[in-house]
Amino acid sequence: MRATTPTEDLLRGIWRENPVLIQLLGLCPALAVTNTVANGIAMGLATTFVLLGSSLLVSLLSDYIPKEVRISAYILIIATFVTLVDLILAALVPDIHKALGAFIALIVVNCIILGRQEAFASRRPVGRALLDAAGTSMGFMIALLMMSGFRELLGNGSLLGIDVMGPGFEPWIIMILPAGGFFMLGFILLALAWWQGSAQPPVKPRRWPNGVTTITHANAAPREREKVVA
Amino acid sequence: MSTEPGPGNAPAAAEVQSWRLVTTLAVAGMLAGLLIVLVFQWAHPRILDHQERAVTAAVDVVLSGPERTERYFVVDGELRAEAPEGSDTLKLARVFLGFDASDAPIGYAVRGGEAGFQDIITVLFGYHPARDEVLGMLVLDNKETPGLGDRIVKDMAFVEAFQGVRAPIRGVKAGSGSGAEAEVDMITGATISSRAVIDIINHRIEALGPILKRHLETRVAGSGASQ
Amino acid sequence: MNDLIWILISAMVVNNFTLALFLGLCPFLGVSGRVATALRMGAANIFVMVITSLAVWFLNTFVLADAPYLRIISFIVVIASLVQIVEMAIKKLSPALFRELGIFLPLITTNCAILGLAIFQTNRGYGLAEGLFFAVGAGLGVTLALVLMASIRERIELSDVPALARNMGLVLILAGTLSLAFTGFAGLFSS
Repeated sequence: MRATTPTEDLLRGIWRENPVLIQLLGLCPALAVTNTVANGIAMGLATTFVLLGSSLLVSLLSDYIPKEVRISAYILIIATFVTLVDLILAALVPDIHKALGAFIALIVVNCIILGRQEAFASRRPVGRALLDAAGTSMGFMIALLMMSGFRELLGNGSLLGIDVMGPGFEPWIIMILPAGGFFMLGFILLALAWWQGSAQPPVKPRRWPNGVTTITHANAAPREREKVVA
Repeated sequence: MSTEPGPGNAPAAAEVQSWRLVTTLAVAGMLAGLLIVLVFQWAHPRILDHQERAVTAAVDVVLSGPERTERYFVVDGELRAEAPEGSDTLKLARVFLGFDASDAPIGYAVRGGEAGFQDIITVLFGYHPARDEVLGMLVLDNKETPGLGDRIVKDMAFVEAFQGVRAPIRGVKAGSGSGAEAEVDMITGATISSRAVIDIINHRIEALGPILKRHLETRVAGSGASQ
Repeated sequence: MNDLIWILISAMVVNNFTLALFLGLCPFLGVSGRVATALRMGAANIFVMVITSLAVWFLNTFVLADAPYLRIISFIVVIASLVQIVEMAIKKLSPALFRELGIFLPLITTNCAILGLAIFQTNRGYGLAEGLFFAVGAGLGVTLALVLMASIRERIELSDVPALARNMGLVLILAGTLSLAFTGFAGLFSS
């Protein structure tokens, strides 16, 4: 694995390897608690706390944990932090704790967290592990904000509980229903695919006198530019 | 930090490894437990406090602001102030008896839950057993369809229709009722959820009504206050 | 008995674990390419769910009553160990069954559906019978969702899907449509 710079570690998780939108991990909370923006933000913050805490501990202790039990140890650490965040949320913001319900405890099996520990935090010093965790958390939060923003706006006409669309707006209830979660994520992925696709210039086939057709890939290396198609 | 594998080392290495595995997990487990217990000590009183406040607020709503309340457990067909030894207090049904400023009893706050349209609906309602009258209703928990079923919470006309209605309640389609004392207009488009709320209240009154009536008589007679 | 049937049917179709509660999405979106695979994954799920339900009831009744804060840790540890033990037992007792189910069992450990089952069962205070009916209903619901999605994907495998929607975009929209269809089950038991 080539060495990465600290900035890369931080920025990578935010967009280019966004855990939800690109890697398609952690979909359970991303769909379940994004029916309002407030819930989405709360889940994002709770996951951030767990991710930062466990990355810190895993990175510190990775030298002392034998290879055979590393997954069990990571899960134990993650479960501890999830229990802590569960208690803290219940004590400080009982309404949000009730709204998020079982999904706080389900942060334990959020593939993002275990994935980051196994792939990164266990092999890097504390500073880098924290940067990576911070970047991934921000990426997760961005995905949650996108999902919950659209769902609450279209499904309730409000953002963070404040009525935005006015009284004449007939809300799309479906957006708050579970089906809306699936649809919204699907649409966001479609939009992403379109945006990434249109970032490439359009290709035009070119017919040669001898009957061969080629297309030109403008972004490819010079020798690869012309490809025979038919 | 692993020992080098070698011809003479292999068995010793395996033994050391498994001892280390167990120790590592045990130590990690103990540290984790310690951390959790510390945070729990801090959090638990606050959590209990929130729960108490939520219950008090809900009882306040359905009994229209009582001065003080007394809590009773329903044990073996009668109300008792204390739960019997060794019983799981979370499994016992509870009712609250509210008193107004002149120490006259307002009524009991009773909780009930049954399946609604999507999932279980939990309702708290106020009830005066002697007058057979429902004093008010509050939906504590529901998973009904937003915009349709959840109007049992948001439609204030529906919620307020329960204040002062006679038991057993009859749900009628909106507009076709005769205005009788025991009628409540159901919400158009949320018939099943409305009916579930009405059924919950009726069933609870059926189950607990006689018990509450008896208790109120003895309580009032005992304190000498008037109803 | 009425309540138990309601618990089972409610967990299976009215509040389907995958399509309504968003649990167990990783296998649902990833594994569901073939009906045979989906059936096996579902069967493994039901199996693990029933055993987990028993274990969770045991833990809640005898062990965790005084230490509710240890719930999450003990659940996940028990689930991981159970899956490990079950895998070893199946491997030894029935190699044929292991070949059919075996690879899916480790995948189930971090599957939110199992932990979700444990937590819901605890929060709703289900007893032994209710927990078992809940687990069977939930497992059947997950199997149903997996098989439905797999059969749809099998059918459209040769269809002309726009490049934008290939893979995940299409699967999510299909899942949304299935979820919408399942909302029709609401109100199944109401008078």
